[in-house]
Amino acid sequence: MNDRVRRTLVVVPPLAWLLVFFAVPLAIMFAISLADPASGVPPYTPIVRRDVAGTLAWMGDLENYASVLSDSYYARGYLDSIQIAAIVTLLCLTLGFPMTYAIARTKAATKLVLLFLVMLPFWTSFLIRVYAWIGILNTNGYLNTIFLAWGIVDEPIPLLYSEFAVYIGLVYAYLPFMVLPIFAVLERQDPALLEAAADLGAHPWNAFVRVTLPLSLPGVLAGSILVFVPAVGEFVIPELLGGSDFVMIGRLLWTEVFANRDWPIAAAIAILVVAFVVAPLALIERSIARRQIVRT
Amino acid sequence: MIRRGFSFPLTVLAFGYSFLYVPIGVLVIFSFNETRSIAVWGGFSFKWYAALAENTPLLGAAWLSLQIAAISATAAVVLGTLAACTIERYRRFPGRSLFSALLLAPLVMPEVITGLSLLLLFVWLESWLGWPDGRGATTIAIAHTTLTLAYATVVIRARLVQLDPDLRSAAADLGGRPFAVFRSITLPLLAPAIGAAWLLGFTLSLDDLVIASFVSGPGSTTLPIAIFSSVRLGVSPQINALATVFLVVVGLATTTAGIFIYRSVRRRNAPH
Repeated sequence: MNDRVRRTLVVVPPLAWLLVFFAVPLAIMFAISLADPASGVPPYTPIVRRDVAGTLAWMGDLENYASVLSDSYYARGYLDSIQIAAIVTLLCLTLGFPMTYAIARTKAATKLVLLFLVMLPFWTSFLIRVYAWIGILNTNGYLNTIFLAWGIVDEPIPLLYSEFAVYIGLVYAYLPFMVLPIFAVLERQDPALLEAAADLGAHPWNAFVRVTLPLSLPGVLAGSILVFVPAVGEFVIPELLGGSDFVMIGRLLWTEVFANRDWPIAAAIAILVVAFVVAPLALIERSIARRQIVRT
Repeated sequence: MIRRGFSFPLTVLAFGYSFLYVPIGVLVIFSFNETRSIAVWGGFSFKWYAALAENTPLLGAAWLSLQIAAISATAAVVLGTLAACTIERYRRFPGRSLFSALLLAPLVMPEVITGLSLLLLFVWLESWLGWPDGRGATTIAIAHTTLTLAYATVVIRARLVQLDPDLRSAAADLGGRPFAVFRSITLPLLAPAIGAAWLLGFTLSLDDLVIASFVSGPGSTTLPIAIFSSVRLGVSPQINALATVFLVVVGLATTTAGIFIYRSVRRRNAPH
């Protein structure tokens, strides 16, 4: 077997798989976003049609994009999703950074156990972790039962099916994604840097702000992207914890596919998310990864 | 650096870990409740576990999920090992930057979008080639392989870059043919990473609701799909019982793996 054949046998299977099952589907999705919905199988019109003379006629148009961009219902969905994802990212950072910092400052043995405990919920079912909050936040749930028993409230407060519940669920689900990249950068920092700062007379707080914080920015940025992107497209959490009028982009897309069977408009919604949210952030992440390989 | 008494790091850790673990604890406790309530304690009972053991549709869904997870994790580590070797060993070939972009993209793509695009692919393929004949376990396994392939590659690649290139050159100098070198040198050294990647892929597949919902058919209800439709109808201690079984299995498996890693790290850090 010569070198060329062997190389082909190594490179081609994964490359072909990713092309067929990742790149081509995105291209098809783009094509279908230019079509119109139809009743039947498949539920959309063809974008090229052969007319009587046998010539191919282009049938696609940007109508779906026009209606997504002009309809305030979709616009609100996009803006709300982005706003919620941004707030969730900030909340994860506010809780995750001090937590990770505290973990990184413990002894080597403790550190591993603590990090393992952050990861453990991630290995259990996502759906079950969201479900756990339904039981806690329900009107006749655990939290309300405690509040009533302690006399904090006179009647159950509606915690579930609210924006509050969605925030809790999102932070709960995505906190580990913030902790791991930050831990990776804090771990690599040379403790001698802080000693040097102290020797030069810097107050510990000052050293933290001027040495530790700037050096951990790549981890903060990587963690923020890992939280923000899935949060924007999240479906399960708004569906199970949010009210029925609570619109996020993942839920909009789901409704168009499964309830309205309008696949072309769902495809247009998805293409806009890829073009304006996923692609720019993926490029940023890639440039961070190039500068330093964050191993988690 | 944790000082004795009330300190800031300790408070942060206590708050963070309570946030992570109290919901799970409450879930487990109420799986043993005598009554239907998941908030008021009515006495200890195993009745929800008994009900779970007789819930044939749910058990069937669990069995289907386990099969799909095993198949897609296996396919993903085989393709992932090839992909990791490609990226690390072959510095120059046409399409290399496209290849590395394709390896990264599934990691950052929201699940609803991956799911929708695969649904559209399968529908399109069916109308052109007549394959796949409807959607079901096969299409779910393909979708999960695509998703977990990206994760498997990251894990295996991280190990591959740590391997000493001299080992390979030494083996080659001693006359080892490339495949023999891979089989007797590289593969054994990669084995722990391949095992970790397989477990990660298995877990991700077992856990996935969104992508599976897009590419599943009428006869292929996976465990997350079954749980989701049950949870939508309201809470049930039977789901708590299922969650507890899940947690015990996953907890035991990961703790065992964790102890192994912990021991090996401690051995490495121990003074010689």
